[in-house]
Amino acid sequence: MSKRSSSLFAAELLGPAVRDAFVKLDPRVQARNPVMFVTLVGSALTAVLAIRDVATGAPAGFTIAVSSWLWFTVLFANFAEALAEGRGKAQAATLRKMRADVHARRLVDGREESVAGSLLRKGDLVVCEAGDPIPADGDVVEGVASVDESAVTGESAPVIREAGGDRSAVTGGTRVLSDRIVIRIAADPGEGFLDRMIALVEGAERRKTPNEVALHILLVALTIVFLLAVVTLLPIARYAGADVPVAVAVALLVCLIPTTIGGLLSAIGIAGMDRLIRKNVLAMSGRAVEAAGDVDVLLLDKTGTITLGNRQAAELLPAPGVTVAELADAAQLASLADETPEGRSIVVLAKQHGFRAREVDSEQVHFVPFTAATRMSGCDWHGRTIRKGAADAVRKHVLALGGGVPAAVDEIVHQIGDLGGTPLVVSDGTRILGVVRLSDVVKGGIRERFERFRAMGIRTVMITGDNPRTAAAIAREAGVDEFIAEATPEMKLERIRDEQAKGHMVAMTGDGTNDAPALAQADVGVAMGTGTQAAREAGNMVDLDSNPTKLLEVVEVGKQLLMTRGTLTTFSIANDVSKYFAILPALFIATFPGLAALNVMGLATPRSAILSAVIFNALIIVALIPLALRGVPYRPVGASALLRRNVLVYGIGGLVAPFVGIKAIDLLLVTLGLA
Amino acid sequence: MTANGWAQIALFAAIIAALAVPVGTWLHRVLEGDAPPGARVSGAVERACYKLIGVDATREMGFRAYAGAVLSFSAVGLVFTFLVLSFQSKLPFNPQGFPDLSWHLALNTATSFTTNTNWQSYAGEVTLSYFSQAVGLVYHNFTSAGVGIAVAVAVARGLTRTDRAGTLGNFWRDLVRVHLYVLLPACVVYALVLVAAGIPQTWSAYVTATTLEGGKQTLAVGPVASQVAIKMLGTNGGGFFNANAAHPFENPSAWVNLLQMVSIFLLPAGLVHTFGRMTGSVRNGYAILGAMFSIFLVATAVCYGSEAGWLGGVGNWEGKEARFGMAASALFASVTTSASCGAVNAMHDSFTPLGGMIPLLDILLGEVVFGGVGAGLYGVLVMVVIAVFLAGLMVGRTPELLGKKIESWEMRLAALYILVFPVFILLPAAWAAGSAWGVSSLNNAGPHGWSEILYAFTSATGNNGSAFAGINANTPWYDTLLALSMFFGRFAMILPALALAASLAAKRAVPAGPGTFPTDGPLFAVLLVAVILIVGALTFFPALALGPIAEHVSLGTLY
Repeated sequence: MSKRSSSLFAAELLGPAVRDAFVKLDPRVQARNPVMFVTLVGSALTAVLAIRDVATGAPAGFTIAVSSWLWFTVLFANFAEALAEGRGKAQAATLRKMRADVHARRLVDGREESVAGSLLRKGDLVVCEAGDPIPADGDVVEGVASVDESAVTGESAPVIREAGGDRSAVTGGTRVLSDRIVIRIAADPGEGFLDRMIALVEGAERRKTPNEVALHILLVALTIVFLLAVVTLLPIARYAGADVPVAVAVALLVCLIPTTIGGLLSAIGIAGMDRLIRKNVLAMSGRAVEAAGDVDVLLLDKTGTITLGNRQAAELLPAPGVTVAELADAAQLASLADETPEGRSIVVLAKQHGFRAREVDSEQVHFVPFTAATRMSGCDWHGRTIRKGAADAVRKHVLALGGGVPAAVDEIVHQIGDLGGTPLVVSDGTRILGVVRLSDVVKGGIRERFERFRAMGIRTVMITGDNPRTAAAIAREAGVDEFIAEATPEMKLERIRDEQAKGHMVAMTGDGTNDAPALAQADVGVAMGTGTQAAREAGNMVDLDSNPTKLLEVVEVGKQLLMTRGTLTTFSIANDVSKYFAILPALFIATFPGLAALNVMGLATPRSAILSAVIFNALIIVALIPLALRGVPYRPVGASALLRRNVLVYGIGGLVAPFVGIKAIDLLLVTLGLA
Repeated sequence: MTANGWAQIALFAAIIAALAVPVGTWLHRVLEGDAPPGARVSGAVERACYKLIGVDATREMGFRAYAGAVLSFSAVGLVFTFLVLSFQSKLPFNPQGFPDLSWHLALNTATSFTTNTNWQSYAGEVTLSYFSQAVGLVYHNFTSAGVGIAVAVAVARGLTRTDRAGTLGNFWRDLVRVHLYVLLPACVVYALVLVAAGIPQTWSAYVTATTLEGGKQTLAVGPVASQVAIKMLGTNGGGFFNANAAHPFENPSAWVNLLQMVSIFLLPAGLVHTFGRMTGSVRNGYAILGAMFSIFLVATAVCYGSEAGWLGGVGNWEGKEARFGMAASALFASVTTSASCGAVNAMHDSFTPLGGMIPLLDILLGEVVFGGVGAGLYGVLVMVVIAVFLAGLMVGRTPELLGKKIESWEMRLAALYILVFPVFILLPAAWAAGSAWGVSSLNNAGPHGWSEILYAFTSATGNNGSAFAGINANTPWYDTLLALSMFFGRFAMILPALALAASLAAKRAVPAGPGTFPTDGPLFAVLLVAVILIVGALTFFPALALGPIAEHVSLGTLY
């Protein structure tokens, strides 16, 4: 899914969107959006008036024109929503193809039977072998296999899934590439991850988010206010001796009510979810996306997020009576065939002590690879038995050969452990030569990421099982604000509750089953796509790329969503000033010729003035669709600077733009002889 | 326009700016301090008051309790005054032997004074007995102001409290303390100053004087000074005399005129500073005061400029307070309409169309530019909620005020609040303009007549009480509809404001961070001004266009 079309107006989306724009004229659909519902009623009313005029032979051209543009206003708003939905629908269709019903091999009392995937229930055991599609979400309970999850994650490299631990979750719709696994089904049909994804991208589960509801209330209030202003204008005008045709009153009303934001509001919300999906993050609700914009505390696991999962050799600590050079020489020999990152880092470290990588005659040397049983690796060379490994493994090995372990080495091993490093003991025959200290390596670029978090007003808290001294060192190096050392899953949960009690909005990322309670407690819990079923259920977002610092983008999308709503609301309301100046003089110029002074735009005739305002009001919706779908750009420059910029662009811009736009439309209408 | 005129306006603004801080600090101490000021003696008086009312003043009240107390207290006062006015001929202290008021005038007047409006559909000195004035009305001049301040402080508490209890204080404690430590002592001193300045204070009947020509003239006198003191301090505005502050006995000199204007803004401006102190950062208060001053000064300048003749000339002297000059008249009009006071020293009806639109617009903006005592603060705080909602969205956060989330329930209440003005101004005014009963009360036809109707309902709903004049409002239709507008203009705004505050009081306060939008700077003041103008002016632009604006652009062609 990462290779999706990026064009906002992809041709294949436009056709269905246009069709949907008409389908959405259904009053039951419009009733959900009071602002557009009022516009729809106005359009219908003016249409009736136009028909009446045509039937009675009265001049109907103007009413027809006004009515048409009111209909366009509703259609344009529908089009914006349909376009936003269309992108999701296209993705859903692709996903659906993968869900095509499959046959599953269910295990009943140890025997296999073939059943339709749709008949599987929670708790069933199924067998999958190389080439089989995985019929539903579940956990591997037996075996290990490589699985192609590209259908869900867009990542083409296969991933390993194995029983037990944090890599046991499999997703329905993915495919086993090698080996055989037994899966316990964890979701009933229709409730699986893929089903939820389809529902999400399709917008089927779309409910108004809390902030959307609050904004809607403001928009409805403004609509009622302007409804009162326009309705009362009729008797007042009659008192003043002016006649306000109903079609013009409707035109004035539609121009004043916030149709711009009202028409684009739901498109903004859908587009926000869609932007997340394009970043390979699935938000389980719009509420979660909104909450992301407010996050001010972020909890991150150290391993795999802040530091590389692999440790690197950092220091050589020789045993008493051994030189560093001796130790370096042996450690390098023991690691020559070790292709793990740790092994290579030892070779590199040894080089710094003067040992260039050397050619070793392969006939004279016998490499001993690492095994889970020995927990050591090394080589036998010219009669030397060189080994490196975990302290207790090497101790056992040396004792078995009749040697002993100096107390000083034990001391070093303990010290390294205390500081959160990993000790690797190196031996040559019965002699312990010393210890290689492996330490964490902070990921490249992570410091810059944290600085961006800080600029956004987000405090980062690192969680690690390390002791406080190591944790402090890493925290300093990585640039996190705080850390919790020697953390247990309970402490994570505790910390989240603490921060929340102080009023903070907490986000955290996690993948393990023991992260699940904390993910559920956090305001924004981002589960890694590679995480366990429990973690994915507990979080309210899933990152298919399993990139913990993706939260940066998630927060940005959340903020953009709110900003787009705010700026377009401001724009919409600011527009009203110019519309008054277009329509009011047009309405009453016959009664009070002096009101021509209000016609600051110098619009040609009352009719062209009213029509220009209505046309501008309709076209501005179309003009703003790209902004609504892309979102107003967010920059971490602080609230005041951001507000100043947005007030200038959308507030002052909203004040000025329609004066220019309405005048331009008026000129065009006059040139074309339409008014 | 003269330099002297501008200097008067500047002097006034400087005095208010200087006094807002000490007054606000005092109010803060009175209302939020534990120990009442004045130690033992006042404490005993205070406890005696609670005993008399029969309340426990230490009990914290939530929305229901607080609103219930406000409503029941006001209802009792309303009914009481209605009865006093309806039966004044049978009551004492009626040396002039005035008859009972009609039901609709009694209803209108009782509502008017209960709601701090002081709209007067009658001439005080030829309609009301001393008893009606002092017992039925002056009582409300105090209590309606007291209720306003209590509600404002309760709303401020809701916004600023962080204990999440959802309580707003105790209404009786607020009411009693405001009276004991603010309104009563201030009025005693103020009234004595006014007596010294030449305002009458007597309970004897009217004086009959022999004029230079030898004719007889009845001079209306009475307990004027005491009523003037509270009518200004409490932004009531109801004059003892029909001519209000244009009457030499109510407003004898230029210095008293200035003193009266200062006393109108004193409490509303002070309360904003009180709010600032309650938030923990006085800068929050200064930002709101800044927004208020900006609107006020621009409005005053337009009014003065429009009346004095922008480019020289003698200006429009019709109906001005000629003793004090053009600037003092324009400033007085701007002050009293901004602050929901309703006192007048010049004839708003005679202002130029644009000059007269300023008082109208001042009220239409929601009486939040300083506003009535208390009403101004809780009104502007609702505007602050809306401003913060938009600002919050524009910086990419779910909106919060002082760390508390503004969600759909708060927006619902804010929406109810802003709907009160269009509903109770535009609907009845349009109805009047379209009805025979409405038009027949007018002295002027055309746009000016519409301005008079619009002004009447605006003044009523805004609880201002000043009249554009030129309209005979003492008819069953107008009395009743205006009474409704006054009633809902008061209580339909107090209830949502209190409910909003109670809801915020129960919320957790999020600590401020770099992503939080600050509410204590000039940027916020600008935004607040924009919201006040949008909510007020955009709503009423069509109505104004057919009134003062149509009249202005037609000057010289209509009549």
